[in-house]
Amino acid sequence: MEATKVLDATGLACPMPIVKTKKAISELESGQVLEVHTTDKGAKNDLSAWAKSGGHELLKHAEENNVLKFWIKKG
Amino acid sequence: MSVSVITSKEVTNKIFNKEKFFILDVRNESDFQDWKIEGDNLEYLNIPYFELLDGVEEILEKIPTDKEVLVVCAKEGSSIMVAEMLSEAGLTVSYLKGGMKAWSEHLEPVKVDDLKDGGAIYQFVRIGKGCLSYMVVSNGEAALFDATRMTDIYLDFATSIGAKITHVFDTHLHADHISGGRLIAEKTKATYWLPPKDATEVTFEYRPLEDNHNVMIGNTTINIHALYSPGHTIGSTSFVVDRKFLLSGDILFIDSIGRPDLAGKAEDWVDDLRETLYKRYRELSEDLIVLPAHFMIMDELNEDGSVSEKLGTLFAKNHGLNIEDETEFRKLVTENLPPQPNAYQQIRETNMGKINPDIEEQREMEIGPNRCAVR
Repeated sequence: MEATKVLDATGLACPMPIVKTKKAISELESGQVLEVHTTDKGAKNDLSAWAKSGGHELLKHAEENNVLKFWIKKG
Repeated sequence: MSVSVITSKEVTNKIFNKEKFFILDVRNESDFQDWKIEGDNLEYLNIPYFELLDGVEEILEKIPTDKEVLVVCAKEGSSIMVAEMLSEAGLTVSYLKGGMKAWSEHLEPVKVDDLKDGGAIYQFVRIGKGCLSYMVVSNGEAALFDATRMTDIYLDFATSIGAKITHVFDTHLHADHISGGRLIAEKTKATYWLPPKDATEVTFEYRPLEDNHNVMIGNTTINIHALYSPGHTIGSTSFVVDRKFLLSGDILFIDSIGRPDLAGKAEDWVDDLRETLYKRYRELSEDLIVLPAHFMIMDELNEDGSVSEKLGTLFAKNHGLNIEDETEFRKLVTENLPPQPNAYQQIRETNMGKINPDIEEQREMEIGPNRCAVR
């Protein structure tokens, strides 16, 4: 999937993945896609809930070699 | 204002003492709905931390200033962030050290009673998950029942009272938590006992528990009498200790009974469960003190935080023991069951020795409440 920007939040513990995601997405235009990489297992539920409440769309998530990847479309 | 830190042990004591306090849980809503810190006099507010990144002004008026406020999250990081923001806004708050992860792992030892010949029986209350394990001590020897994976707590406790662990039992193959039994037995060179019918797929050595088998602890007459009581699993075994205590495993709880479906065999095992609860247990003395392997709700705790009740009282009051109609009983334990425990299949495989997840994976697998009972 084509992402406008990739955020590497691997190795960071909660709440940093979401703090960084929030900042990164604020720098995008509506409709653009942010790809987030994290190793924090709790991020899955938190990112989907956060995206929903912020009006963004979680397009897809995947796990590769213990890294969770998320594609979020800015609302 | 300052931010202070509170340990799971301190929170446990507050709950045992029925203290009033306020919990600001900053995990996401579904995690909070699924599982939270419970107690008699707690008030809650659940706002996910990611709703508070821009500030806490909007929730300030919802937080009381006349009682202690505890901020809680999954692992601690987010609760520190929110606690600091609240502190800067002028509130005095604490956060839970280690978050719900630590809460899930905390064990509180409570002495249940003395034994007839000078020994004692202790209950380890895993308050965050509702799991109960036991240590029976006599004359410098100790036996453990249904130990959790927090093995150091039992080892340290045994050392502190000058006892050597010589026997380790699991009443059944657990599906809700990872057993520490095998590891403790390895470390202490104790004998590890399992019901053979639950252990057909295990990958390690164990001593098979048979019906009517007696094990002595110490050189006194503390006998542990194993009683075959299938229903939660096919091998489930209860123990009568010192002719006074009935360790009922996951078959009978204080306000609920065991569920027969966690190995996927509700229909097959419902008759066993019925037979155990309505025939085998009926043949036992009503004066036995029931010590179960779980509790579900805080109401099941006694004043001192322990969980126990006379068998006769349970025959009178426990709904699951008072369903005359077999069809109705079958319905209760096979239909509308609560959700199965988190990762229960992987937990069973871990307890069989088939998979060896690392400590972080074990923690993730055990997240949430135990859900071994039906009411």
